Amino acid sequence: MKKRNYFLIFGLLISTVVVLFILLGYFWTPYDPMKMNGAVRSSAPSLAHLMGTDKFGRDILSRVMKGAGASFFVAFGTVLIGTVVGTVVGALTGYFGGWLDEVLMRFNDALSAFPSFLLALVLVSVLGPGRRHLLLALGIVFIPSYARIVRTEFKRARSQNYVKSAQIMGAGTARILFVHILPNIWPVLLSAITIGFNNAVLAEAAMSYLGIGVSPDEASLGYMLSDSQAYLSVTPWYALGAGLVIVLLILGVGLIGEGLQRKDI
Amino acid sequence: MKRILSLILSILLLASLLAGCGGKQNDAPQGGADTPAGPAADPAPTVDTGRRANNEITVGISQDLDSSLDPHTMVAAGTKELLFNVFEGLVKPTSDGDLAPAVAESWEIGAEMTTYTFKLRSGVKFHNGQDVTSNDVMYSLTRCRDEGYVPALAEADIAEENGNIVITLPAANTEFLASLTCAIIPADYADQATAPVGTGPFKFVSRQAQQNVVLERFEDYWGEKAQLDRVTYLVYENPEALAMALKGGAVDLYAHLGTATVSQLGDDFTILEGSMNLVQAVYLNHTVKPLDDVRVRQALCYALDRQEIFDLTADGKGWALGSSMYPAFRKYFDESLVDLYPHNVDQAKALLAEAGYPDGFALTIKVPSNYSPHVDAGQIAAEQFRAIGVKVTVEPVDWTTWVEDVYKGRNFEATVCGFDASTMTARAMLERFTTGNGKNFIGYSSRAYDEAFEEALRARNDEAQTKAYREMERILAQDAANVYIQDLVDFVALRKGLAGYRFYPIYVMDMSTVHYE
Repeated sequence: MKKRNYFLIFGLLISTVVVLFILLGYFWTPYDPMKMNGAVRSSAPSLAHLMGTDKFGRDILSRVMKGAGASFFVAFGTVLIGTVVGTVVGALTGYFGGWLDEVLMRFNDALSAFPSFLLALVLVSVLGPGRRHLLLALGIVFIPSYARIVRTEFKRARSQNYVKSAQIMGAGTARILFVHILPNIWPVLLSAITIGFNNAVLAEAAMSYLGIGVSPDEASLGYMLSDSQAYLSVTPWYALGAGLVIVLLILGVGLIGEGLQRKDI
Repeated sequence: MKRILSLILSILLLASLLAGCGGKQNDAPQGGADTPAGPAADPAPTVDTGRRANNEITVGISQDLDSSLDPHTMVAAGTKELLFNVFEGLVKPTSDGDLAPAVAESWEIGAEMTTYTFKLRSGVKFHNGQDVTSNDVMYSLTRCRDEGYVPALAEADIAEENGNIVITLPAANTEFLASLTCAIIPADYADQATAPVGTGPFKFVSRQAQQNVVLERFEDYWGEKAQLDRVTYLVYENPEALAMALKGGAVDLYAHLGTATVSQLGDDFTILEGSMNLVQAVYLNHTVKPLDDVRVRQALCYALDRQEIFDLTADGKGWALGSSMYPAFRKYFDESLVDLYPHNVDQAKALLAEAGYPDGFALTIKVPSNYSPHVDAGQIAAEQFRAIGVKVTVEPVDWTTWVEDVYKGRNFEATVCGFDASTMTARAMLERFTTGNGKNFIGYSSRAYDEAFEEALRARNDEAQTKAYREMERILAQDAANVYIQDLVDFVALRKGLAGYRFYPIYVMDMSTVHYE
């Protein structure tokens, strides 16, 4: 009897719920996430406000929906930049080696020599505030790790027979790189992507927790967490709403990544 | 499975890390739970601290003092607040906002307002037992002058005549007396930085860096002696630890509480309400369009609903302001300016349309991110401005960036912050907005305002000067120089059974009147 892949099942289940939640948030929220209402300040979860309200009487559920969407957007974009640029750099350096490898990899080393958080902070302060700049900064910070992973795989693939035979058959370099080799390293890249996505969600939350790259009045999971801290003992639901969504978002993708790996084995 | 477990663990770890590193900055007046703060009618304190029998109290402070306790070089507001109990000048500030004689018993001011003759009080002793002599006073004043500690003394001639101190100024300065609150210290005493010696109602006993400072009553004080035997200041940099210390009975008194903490305190405390003594406003940069247009600025003033800010952040508490002066300056504060721009969205929209912006404009409000009262007020003001069509972005900046970029670099459109008075003079509040003043970071320029300031400086009597200062206040308000919000409410928690805490119009904490009932 075939063993069921529970990781994949639960991962897909959680992720689907979270993604539906986020998609819904793009089109509809129970309340205006920015609307302040002095009458229901810091009220506990109720039927009217499922996750309660914050210190300004804003509906936490609505803010979490918007905030999760923003986090997802940044994390997705970050991984996209990191993967695409990282793969290209890794493929070229790994396949060709030589001076190109030396130059790009030393540059890569320099980039990863900085604590990634510090680097992102510097980039955001240079680029200026705003979600797009945060996305760009995090994307750049994520490039080195992808480049390194992909480079190792390409370097190994270079000497393997299927690559050699493709070379003998006269396939173009681009074709060898992205049609022959890339699909073969896909499993490695995939787990790097799922881990990277989770790191990106946390990085976005951490940056907005520190108040970097986000505006305090727009909904953001990280900022909501930092804001709720002073009220942990009085209004714990303020922190719970945002925290729960971050955990689910990461857990879902993490389980999918784990499940996919088991599937291949 | 192991991997999933470690994933969950690392998420938890990260969450707790994040929770730990932001703790320091979040205790400030903010909107919290709905329980109104106020003395509850509970007679018996439930926690017996054992300090009552010794007639001593513990006071919580939010940060350690300056590394040097030399009263002339201290920088931090927290140090000034504490050392107010240890040092006195020739004169000292009173809780009414006046100046009372201290080391000087009386003084005479020459007809030209340039010569001040101080008669020293006899029988004033330093904490080390020595009498205060004119030599000590000469030493203290010349030190302040020569080292630049007191700018008002810069060009002054200080001399001793028959035991009196005579100070001659190059030009009249009606607010000169307020500068003489600078501490009188023993001549040539070398250990002021570590074991300060002054003439105040409390003497310094000991200090452990990052932990505590101990003061004791000075028995030979010249005036009314302090009521408590001993005051121990405990440093709590983390607001949560402080709340625990208050609830657990380790701390008897704490000033500058936020509503969030206040709502957590039980019936063991009397909560006193005072003011922070600063002018919180949306400060506007007059050199950028469209804020150079007075109608646009007035529109923003009409759009502001101060009561909503009070309701959302401090349970409805706060002192509405209409100009750059707070109510503790009783003499100068003009209450009629508060309602110059009542909340009126239609009026605001009409003014915007008249100025040529019927659809509003984009505005970025920078807020210092470490100071939550300003971040909160900024967010609410932003919502209120959006109601008249202004597209507002709130941008948090860290404090260093705020000082360098916003304040010094003047690279901003609008910013929410608070300004206090360095000395108890109207000049300290109003001079900064004169044309070309180095501190005029909003780039305000009004000839009428500058002339009123000239008049205030020229004034030979208090009445004329007060009139000129009030005129300056009025001009600022009528020009809608800034969108004035409030003087923030400041909560002081006092353990039940203690009384006598007094608020001052400046940032000090006077322990001499606190006592057990």
